Amino acid sequence: MSLLPFERFYEQHREEIFGFLVRRLGRDRAEDAFQETFLRALRAYPRLRHGEHLRAWAYTIASRIAVDEHRRPRADADLPELASLDGRPAFAQLEHLADQLPPTERAAVVLRYGYDLDYSDIGAALGSNATAARQAASAGIRRLRQKELQ
Amino acid sequence: MTAVTPDLDRRFRDAAADEGLLDAAYDFVDSPVGPLFVAASKRGVCRISYDAEPERELDRLAHDFGLRVLRSAKPIDPARRELDEYFEGTRREFDLPLDVALLADFNRRVLRELARVPYGEVVTYGELAARSARPRAARAVGTVMNRNPLPIVLPCHRVIGANGKLTGYAGGLERKETLLRLEGAIL
Repeated sequence: MSLLPFERFYEQHREEIFGFLVRRLGRDRAEDAFQETFLRALRAYPRLRHGEHLRAWAYTIASRIAVDEHRRPRADADLPELASLDGRPAFAQLEHLADQLPPTERAAVVLRYGYDLDYSDIGAALGSNATAARQAASAGIRRLRQKELQ
Repeated sequence: MTAVTPDLDRRFRDAAADEGLLDAAYDFVDSPVGPLFVAASKRGVCRISYDAEPERELDRLAHDFGLRVLRSAKPIDPARRELDEYFEGTRREFDLPLDVALLADFNRRVLRELARVPYGEVVTYGELAARSARPRAARAVGTVMNRNPLPIVLPCHRVIGANGKLTGYAGGLERKETLLRLEGAIL
């Protein structure tokens, strides 16, 4: 699949990426993270070799920025909004725990259960393959269950 | 609702332009001859289109200048300002940087001569061909006018037939007439 002009990539993904960042960071911090996500995507765009898995790629950039934002303490940070309207309440209850997972497992779990991406997309986003993505997601889920029981 | 607000959207589009990350920016400019699709590369204004189909224009820009094409008002503002002044009758020459690097030599030469045709005056296709050192190429000059990527700013509306008729215009004869009337070239 050939690459689209950036305008179309941005139009196609901006709403869901913003929704994802609002759930992770709260509305105020999500705005900065949103801008940074798409600026980073724009910087990297000429280096992409094909137009596949762009949705997963956008989520991967946004996840990394959200994690960096989380690490950056901010006194005036709002509480993140609850993800109650997007039909994924079960995952929303686990989402805060996912931050404690190792990076690959966290990305695999969030992209699979939070955003319904298939394993080949997730594998591509993580620079591996579908099998490795499935393994990372199940390892992450096992770890989350243990944490929940603790 | 967690929707991207127009303000957030605009801030991203401005930041992308400010950081110099765009191969081409575009926006629409309102005018008395309809909305104009105006695009600028890093070098200058590279496209002005009437009746633009954005999808097709986007593909053309990406093909010609690179994939980082984004609608962004800020890089188009200088062109918007000069076009507004032109249509208000307060500007007779454009001072915008233009990007014609992708055009063939002959087209560039003809357009350079065209740019010297003063506000409110007209030339024939044959005269313009002669000024471009190709006196017998009136027809080829007509084709260059028809494919002019920067109408209005490069004033192909000032080129008319040897019989004094308006002859043709890529944006339609009605627009050619409106522009010439605005400039006082016809009554």
